[in-house]
Amino acid sequence: MPQRFRHMLGIEPLSAEQIVFLLDQSKPFQEIQRHPLKKLATLRGKTVGLAFFEPSTRTRISFSTAAARLGADTMNLQAEASSLRKGESLLDTLRTLDAMKPDCIVMRHSAAGAPEFIAGRLNIPVINAGDGAHEHPTQALLDALTIRDRKGDLAGLNVAILGDILHSRVARSNIHLFGKFGCRFALCGPAMWLPREFECLGYPLRRVARVEEALEGADVVIVLRVQQERLHEPALPLEEYILLYQLTPERLARARPDALVLHPGPMNRGVEIDPAVADGPQSCVLEQVTNGLAVRMALLFLLVGSTPADAKDAADAAH
Amino acid sequence: MRVVEKQQLMSATEIDRTVQRLAHEIVEKSGGTANLALIGIRRRGVPLARRVAQAMRGIDGVEVPVGTLDITLYRDDLSTVAPQPVLQSSDIAFPVDDKDLILIDDVLYTGRTIRAAMNGLFDLGRPRSVRLCVLIDRGHRELPIEAVFVGRHVQTSDTEIIEVRLNEVDHEERVMLVERVS
Repeated sequence: MPQRFRHMLGIEPLSAEQIVFLLDQSKPFQEIQRHPLKKLATLRGKTVGLAFFEPSTRTRISFSTAAARLGADTMNLQAEASSLRKGESLLDTLRTLDAMKPDCIVMRHSAAGAPEFIAGRLNIPVINAGDGAHEHPTQALLDALTIRDRKGDLAGLNVAILGDILHSRVARSNIHLFGKFGCRFALCGPAMWLPREFECLGYPLRRVARVEEALEGADVVIVLRVQQERLHEPALPLEEYILLYQLTPERLARARPDALVLHPGPMNRGVEIDPAVADGPQSCVLEQVTNGLAVRMALLFLLVGSTPADAKDAADAAH
Repeated sequence: MRVVEKQQLMSATEIDRTVQRLAHEIVEKSGGTANLALIGIRRRGVPLARRVAQAMRGIDGVEVPVGTLDITLYRDDLSTVAPQPVLQSSDIAFPVDDKDLILIDDVLYTGRTIRAAMNGLFDLGRPRSVRLCVLIDRGHRELPIEAVFVGRHVQTSDTEIIEVRLNEVDHEERVMLVERVS
């Protein structure tokens, strides 16, 4: 059943049905990546405004390529070089961009809720490319697509999430997404990085101190990047983090034999993940990246490819 | 949009006879099936292409490959056709380079679907030739597109719609002429 989306601000408000629809709509875009000619004219003449107020290489390249492959143009706002340094407010910055008539905004910002704030004030679709520690919906969708492709179904999986959960929007979006499919969660990391508030989300999750225990029976292991800048917060030396929490082949063996290893990237090889695991047969990191392109193309297509405004008359006038 | 049924144009038997005849025509005008491939355009071109391939098995005894093509991404009217068009996958498992392709669809009208289909095909490679086979040609072309293999030519007006109903999609089998009423 076709679903309608105006914005993509987070996973939390979506239903399982809507998520399945988004994953299904990503499949044709997975195929396009295998064509000799990957450029479509579907969004020709449309412009995607990329407003990244936090550093990002991969997500920005992914959205930029997704737009280009659909035939769209991009406007590229990068925080370092922007007028924000000159004291312009977020709203003014986005209104300036909007005055150049993009057809949607893809936004990443360090403040939770910033994309929603903007969505309420502009008249075009807004896609959240990461807002503070709140949500990163396209990451969760590409993770789900990767797992569904490999496992066939998302329902009832045991998901272990390792690392700095507290500061991770990837963890939050993934918990919302897999939670809607009845999955169970084991969250593991240094105590300071395992917030108790997650229990309020209402999904079956447990916080686990030892990584071996968290991996027991896991179908999916999501490894989060250790931001070395943050290691001083629980006063944990790097060597100790590696000793206690690194995902090694021995530890991974505690999970199910067909367990998948995901990492949102960029990976710190030898820190949160052993290179043997990163490069091993259970690792899905490169598929995640390819699927990210497909998911973002699908979203741009759904949000920009048709105009919900005159939808009803259009439906009546259909040939 | 409300429609009123005006007339049945083809019965199940007539559809079948026409498909058989089209399969024969394609084989005859291709000098055999060696380099042929059929591409069914979603949605109803797909079962039609499969039926034509099945008929060809009977004639030449050869397996002609069948691919399916979803043209949603190649349309020129995306923002007017549906609130949010639903994508299906295309599935063309063989290389299109140097193939003699037969595009198959249920109704040929303005020609825009076929234009979109050709864009899709040429993104995949360089076919040797592309010819078009349709069950019904209802006229009113808006682009220079023609079908070489036609089941039936039907004169229609702008308010009329040809509904091809096939078992695989619609769970009934006939071709109807209907009229839009507001």
